[in-house]
Amino acid sequence: MNVTQILFWLLSALTVFSALVVITRKNPVYSVLWLIITFISISGHYILLNAQFLAVVNVIVYAGAIMVLFLFVIMLMNLNADAEPQKNKWLQFAGVIAGGCLALVIIAALKNVDAKARIAETGSDIGLIENLGKVLFTQYVLPFEISSVLFLSAMVGAVVIGKKN
Amino acid sequence: MHLLAIDWIFLLEKLILIVIIISISLGVAMYSTWWERKVAAWIQDRIGPNRAGPLGLLQPLADGLKLFMKEEIFPASSNKILFLLGPCLAMLTAMMTSAVVPWASHLHIAGRDVPLQIADVNIGILYVFGVVSMGVYGVMIGGWASNNKFSLMAAVRGASQIISYELAMGLALIALVLHTGSLSLGVIVEQQAHQGYWNIVLQPLGFLIFFVCALAECNRTPFDLSEAESELNFGYHQEYSSMKLGFYLFAEYVNMFISSVIMATLYFGGYHIPFIHIADPNFAALAGFIFLFAKTAAFITVFMWIRWTVPRFRYDQLMNLGWKGLIPLALINLLITAVVILLHTQH
Amino acid sequence: MDVLLLQAVKSVATADVNSSINYLPIVLQLLVAIGIVVLMMTGTHLLGPKRKTEDKLKNFESGIDAVGNARQPMAIKYFLVAILFVLFDVEVIFFYPYAVNFRALGWEGFLAVLGFVGFFLVGFIYIIKKGALSWED
Repeated sequence: MNVTQILFWLLSALTVFSALVVITRKNPVYSVLWLIITFISISGHYILLNAQFLAVVNVIVYAGAIMVLFLFVIMLMNLNADAEPQKNKWLQFAGVIAGGCLALVIIAALKNVDAKARIAETGSDIGLIENLGKVLFTQYVLPFEISSVLFLSAMVGAVVIGKKN
Repeated sequence: MHLLAIDWIFLLEKLILIVIIISISLGVAMYSTWWERKVAAWIQDRIGPNRAGPLGLLQPLADGLKLFMKEEIFPASSNKILFLLGPCLAMLTAMMTSAVVPWASHLHIAGRDVPLQIADVNIGILYVFGVVSMGVYGVMIGGWASNNKFSLMAAVRGASQIISYELAMGLALIALVLHTGSLSLGVIVEQQAHQGYWNIVLQPLGFLIFFVCALAECNRTPFDLSEAESELNFGYHQEYSSMKLGFYLFAEYVNMFISSVIMATLYFGGYHIPFIHIADPNFAALAGFIFLFAKTAAFITVFMWIRWTVPRFRYDQLMNLGWKGLIPLALINLLITAVVILLHTQH
Repeated sequence: MDVLLLQAVKSVATADVNSSINYLPIVLQLLVAIGIVVLMMTGTHLLGPKRKTEDKLKNFESGIDAVGNARQPMAIKYFLVAILFVLFDVEVIFFYPYAVNFRALGWEGFLAVLGFVGFFLVGFIYIIKKGALSWED
């Protein structure tokens, strides 16, 4: 095993472990904190793939912005009423089945993927900010513009919901 | 794959550098408290600390020791783990920012070139941005875990302030990146040395926006709304005692030091000394480091000067300045910079 | 400007700036920082006196007995700021890949970004006109 492999397994273990902790904590604030650790370890994976820009964006946007929003929502909720409203046995059962189906679909989809063909791309410079920017602003300029419409609609949505109350 | 074999000497040299840099930032933070009190005293026509040692120079040590010897208090209704985690996170993020700063050009020791930068990464500026965005958690977690209404209010205020000013900061930096074309701080310093003038000449407005945002990110006056004692008692850390309180106060000074270093690096040439050429690399590195330090000290002094001169904003004023003032200004600065450079390169 | 000695360093300092091995020292720094934090926390835990009384462990609310606790809902304004922050943050991040390739992309890239900024501004003006960011009321 070389260093990259050791780091990969360490990071994978950390990612899976922290993701499991996220869904098993009773206190939602702990869940959010463990989710931040999950995101940071996923960024570690990106760095191993030399996708440096993606790694740092993952930290800034997911761990730094979206998790702040989650934390705001959780902290400002009324946590005194600590009884979880959804304790229905059947609902949990349905959740397990739905999750199992999703896992099955993902495994079935990934089973036939030729992983060997993809390996050559790791360790390349494709994930660096220069190359990513070049592709984004030449080949994918239309989706980029359309994403700004998405942002606009999200802003309108946020304001409408926020101002209603 | 780049990680096939570890260069152990490389790691050892980085480890030594890391320990030195962290010690320096902690030391500077300690003595910033002393300097802050001296500046305040000077502005207010007082003497300032003068009992512990000559000129009161041992005062920070005494203060630190006092914080260590104080009783650790976990309020009965607080969330103990998160209460402990809050200041630790604040300190941790404060210590992590320094990784991408180039402190000087390289040293030449025993036939090896030792770069005086912990990690020269491709996305240096974004790394700083990322660590700064993590800085919110220390304030939020600590304030919430205290289970005190004042702390919670201060924490929410502080967090909203930090995230609001992060946006203008990011936009102001993009205008600089248009010039440099690189996000690596090492490359940016080299470019400034190469082009012969500092980036402040190209981006005066960008620097001003960045400076204001740095004040807000460090919770410094006039943006210390999360510590507004007249309305919030003591702020988000009011239930804290011992070194846990010390961490919060200390993290603020470390952040102030690092943001001063980053401003000096991005806009004022970093370790680059104009008009002087030193042949010996080791001596040049030392001189560059001292020069960077002098610039940093000047910025820290300006931070303090502002603190003891300008009164605190009201919260609505703060948010209005951030969202309706700095963000549009930074955006206009960005667009104008882009147009000017494009016109310039065409002719 | 070859008189400036810092020139000579360039090849050394930026030789493999793209390699991901550059992140190893950051992990190292994280470990050192965690070590320092743990050390200092343990130090202050061991050094300080421990004389707990009930009054000492109460929350401080200006000397008045606390009513209820701090687990209560707060103003919606803060949520709104957080949501808008997430959106704006992503937009700001989008500018960075552009800024790095700015010269190569020329006017075409600039027009693409101008379109993006246009939508951004429309949203921004909408937010301000709707009073989502006004704190006075």
